[in-house]
Amino acid sequence: MSKVDINKSWNYAAAPESTAHIQLKKKYDLFIGGDFVKPLSKKYFDTVNPANGEQIAKVAEANKQDVDRAVKAARKAFKSWPKLSVKERGKYIFRIARMMQERAREFAVIESLDGGKPIRESRDIDIPLAANHFFYYAGWSDKLEYAFPNRIPKPLGVAGQIIPWNFPLLMAAWKIAPALATGNTVVMKPAETTSLTALKLAELIQDSGLPKGVVNIITGAGETGAAIVRHPDVDKIAFTGSTEVGKLIEKSLAGIEKKTTLELGGKGANIIFEDAAIEQAVEGIVNAIFFNQGHVCCAGSRLFVQASVADVVIEKLKERISTLIIGDPLDKNTDIGAINSTEQLATIEKYIAIGKKEGADIYQPKSQLPKKGNWCPPTLFLNVSQSHTIVQEEIFGPVLTIQTFRTIDEVIEKANNTPFGLSAGVWTERGSKIFKLSQKLKAGVIWANTFNKFDPASPFGGYKESGIGREGGLHGLKPYLKLES
Amino acid sequence: MSRIDVLKTYKIFIGGKFPRTESGRYFHMKNAKGDLLANMCLSSRKDFRNAVVSARKAQENWANATALNRGQILYRIAEMLESRKSQFIQQLISTGSTKSAAKKEVALSIDRLIYYAGWSDKFQQIFSAVNPVSSSYFNFSILEPTGVVSIIASNENPLLGLISLLAPTIVGGNTCVILASATNPLVAISIAEVLNTSDVHAGVVNILTGDREELLPYFASHKDVNAIIYCGDNLKEIKEVEEITTENLKRVSIYRRKNWEEGESQSPYFIEKSQEIKTIWHPTEV
Amino acid sequence: MTLPDLSKTPKIDKVGVHERTNRFCTRSIKTSAKQMGLHLALSMIDLTTLEGRDTSEKVKQLCYKARHLDDSIQGLPNVAAVCVYPTLVGVAKKELIGSDIKVASVATAFPSGQSTLEVKLNDTRYAIAEGADEVDMVISRGKFLQGEYNFVFDEIAAVKQACGKAHLKVILETGELDTLDNVRKASDIAMHSGANFIKTSTGKISPAATMPVVFVMLNAIKDFYKETGIKIGMKPAGGISTAKKSLQYLVMLKETLGDEWMNKDLFRFGASSLANDILMQLKKQETGIYQSLDYFSKD
Repeated sequence: MSKVDINKSWNYAAAPESTAHIQLKKKYDLFIGGDFVKPLSKKYFDTVNPANGEQIAKVAEANKQDVDRAVKAARKAFKSWPKLSVKERGKYIFRIARMMQERAREFAVIESLDGGKPIRESRDIDIPLAANHFFYYAGWSDKLEYAFPNRIPKPLGVAGQIIPWNFPLLMAAWKIAPALATGNTVVMKPAETTSLTALKLAELIQDSGLPKGVVNIITGAGETGAAIVRHPDVDKIAFTGSTEVGKLIEKSLAGIEKKTTLELGGKGANIIFEDAAIEQAVEGIVNAIFFNQGHVCCAGSRLFVQASVADVVIEKLKERISTLIIGDPLDKNTDIGAINSTEQLATIEKYIAIGKKEGADIYQPKSQLPKKGNWCPPTLFLNVSQSHTIVQEEIFGPVLTIQTFRTIDEVIEKANNTPFGLSAGVWTERGSKIFKLSQKLKAGVIWANTFNKFDPASPFGGYKESGIGREGGLHGLKPYLKLES
Repeated sequence: MSRIDVLKTYKIFIGGKFPRTESGRYFHMKNAKGDLLANMCLSSRKDFRNAVVSARKAQENWANATALNRGQILYRIAEMLESRKSQFIQQLISTGSTKSAAKKEVALSIDRLIYYAGWSDKFQQIFSAVNPVSSSYFNFSILEPTGVVSIIASNENPLLGLISLLAPTIVGGNTCVILASATNPLVAISIAEVLNTSDVHAGVVNILTGDREELLPYFASHKDVNAIIYCGDNLKEIKEVEEITTENLKRVSIYRRKNWEEGESQSPYFIEKSQEIKTIWHPTEV
Repeated sequence: MTLPDLSKTPKIDKVGVHERTNRFCTRSIKTSAKQMGLHLALSMIDLTTLEGRDTSEKVKQLCYKARHLDDSIQGLPNVAAVCVYPTLVGVAKKELIGSDIKVASVATAFPSGQSTLEVKLNDTRYAIAEGADEVDMVISRGKFLQGEYNFVFDEIAAVKQACGKAHLKVILETGELDTLDNVRKASDIAMHSGANFIKTSTGKISPAATMPVVFVMLNAIKDFYKETGIKIGMKPAGGISTAKKSLQYLVMLKETLGDEWMNKDLFRFGASSLANDILMQLKKQETGIYQSLDYFSKD
């Protein structure tokens, strides 16, 4: 053994997550009617590891006919799925939850490989939440009569679900679990840059014995999604993605009887008062905007710090972000992983350039970025105001704008002064201040002394242009039911 | 020469362990034909006292476990029971059940565990309330487990009746001491073995076998027990329970039903029965 | 210095603290980082014996162990110090002649601190006279919890004076302080009144050192440094018996205070069985084989 010099600086060595145990195919087909079938389009596209640009697998591209096949399979399954005894229906969903727990590590590794998020996050947050989401909704299957007073809940039929690339497996769980528990059948399209964990979920669903056609997972890009939205035999559309696309979807459905829920973008205000637990608030800022590289619709991307503590907070924030490790998503010590795609990186860099151009002061800690792949260091913009573009528009990256405020009324007004309304954070040790702020802030989720906390039992969704409808909790059942009197 | 069976010793279940009754007494458990099935422990009031100590010790941590965690543990109990189905069917048959009735009782018991597992993180959502009071306060009412519950299990439906009272009591964060049925205390001890392999915290469920007449006054009077659930229709016993429990104003639930398979034999209201309601006020102006 | 303005003591959110410390525990320390970390941790240990039944023989053995952790492993550092009761300081001093290992003594009616100032100062002076390089004192927790902060402050200042050139570690006994806010307050009082090190526990009650408590203390040290330019040391004591745990503490230290604190002059582990666990880990790294305590001397 070489001599150890304890007077040198102590740094972490590489701690790579093992990938030897995972099972990935080179090519994935469409999951329709309980089987993997070749796409009628005959087309496949590559899915790539954003940390190094290398191809991982080929994934089928569903065309209009493939979408039609999937919807037909879902419709056929819908003839029998809601007729199954509700407790047996629940048991299938419990099986999915338990199997996901059993295969958790494999899911986590593939999630990080395909999407770029740190293995620590997929292992400790994404996958456990996804499994728990199935577990939670499994339990509702035979209890729906208690959820809505004086109403008889009935399923809607076939649900078309389109999910984004930022929490691939978790978003799949958020969509599929409540839909199944309420007796619907599903045609789901994962995002084209992150299809793999959805396809592994399809394999798991096969193993669970779930009746064929109840869940159909078809891969593709915008065209495939549009085909699902337009399909006349889909009763319900659930979409999570950008506000821009969400509006397009709503517009295309005008005059057509199809229920929709939308979970769109955000520009969350994170508010630090002078009487906050400052050290924990700084940690909260980090969790709000650098969790998942800031690819979070409910990210706390606008920091509001009370003037009297602004210097202290900003100083501590700069110190804290200098200890964040940017690197290989599969290294267990990585805090900030790869940006999901070259397109998204270009978008983020565009906004950073705008920020500089509009006169904001940028701060980025010195970091060693890997040579290959898509990377963006944690970025702060100081001396910004409400009218700066970077303060108004969603960047969807590790970029935080910082404003100061003096009074409660001022910060409420500024926080609400946005077309978005998904989330907000309030940091104070004063309970009454928490209640006051949470009553006045126009956001669907308000975190007090924490941020980016999720739970299957907790309803999530936005006000205003951040979306319509809630996912999670008792309230998350409603979007998938018609309530008859 | 045919193989000699190893006969099982049925002990009682206290604090996650299987001690014998401190009294050393026993009673014969016989099958329908009159053959000896086992020498069961004839539990004493001291066994009950020890069980209450265990139940009390375990209650705070059990209530502090997340609802999800309790739900997953109940689901685990179902998994364990499912894997030992045939043993339980056999035991029910040995005390007079038909094969099909036994199979049905076991299947329903497993499904009922799953039913209550699914309520763990939901009953709070349907029974709690945010109350719109006429002053600047945020006012909310939540359910909290009552604490330690003593349970006199059903004599009919020895397995399903036991599960039907055990599951809703513990899923809400209570701990309990159960007096097993007289008709088939064996399944109760076998359930104890299932609980013991299901990550249920030690002391959350304690099971005694013995004489109802002898033990009932203690189950009803112990001042460190917060509630009692009595399943049966003996009017004299019911009156006794209702009288003695006034000593510390225990919450009393009397279920006269003999059949846990029919009617509404599972619902979130069984959970709610062992819960208290706490209302909290908090100012909302700064 | 004077008693700090305690109305300005930063507020602490316990849930947030626990989340941050849990995150430190997700760091994966492997290969060369593990090897160096383990060496570093060894060099920071105050090898401790504080039992009513201690004898000079016990202390002699402890000192031998301090100087010969494991002769079969090359290049091991020495532990930082040996920590004993005042009556055994002389024995330890003699045994450690020629090494750079310090002798630390507990004092001030350790562990309870329930005695008069006079007794406590005499206790301290005796330990110094016997040759102690460092003194580990206890604060008056009862007085602290009653809000008599000036009393606590003055007591520490008096002991510091009695220490002369010797280093003073102030034990807060965090397990008795109830809240993390109190831990922060006690830390601030101790640093302003002259502590060279702040220390979590006597090791005689549970809980002893925990990551949340140490995290709060490290932040107190950081803020004090910013305010005064003075670097105070940190010593978690009690409850750290595994190599893995010690590495988690080093992660926390590195990510809160940074490289300047990563040495025995500013960080110590108060531990007894930790050393052997670290040795077992080092041996496993060398050979690839899981070890048994049978192969490491127990003192």
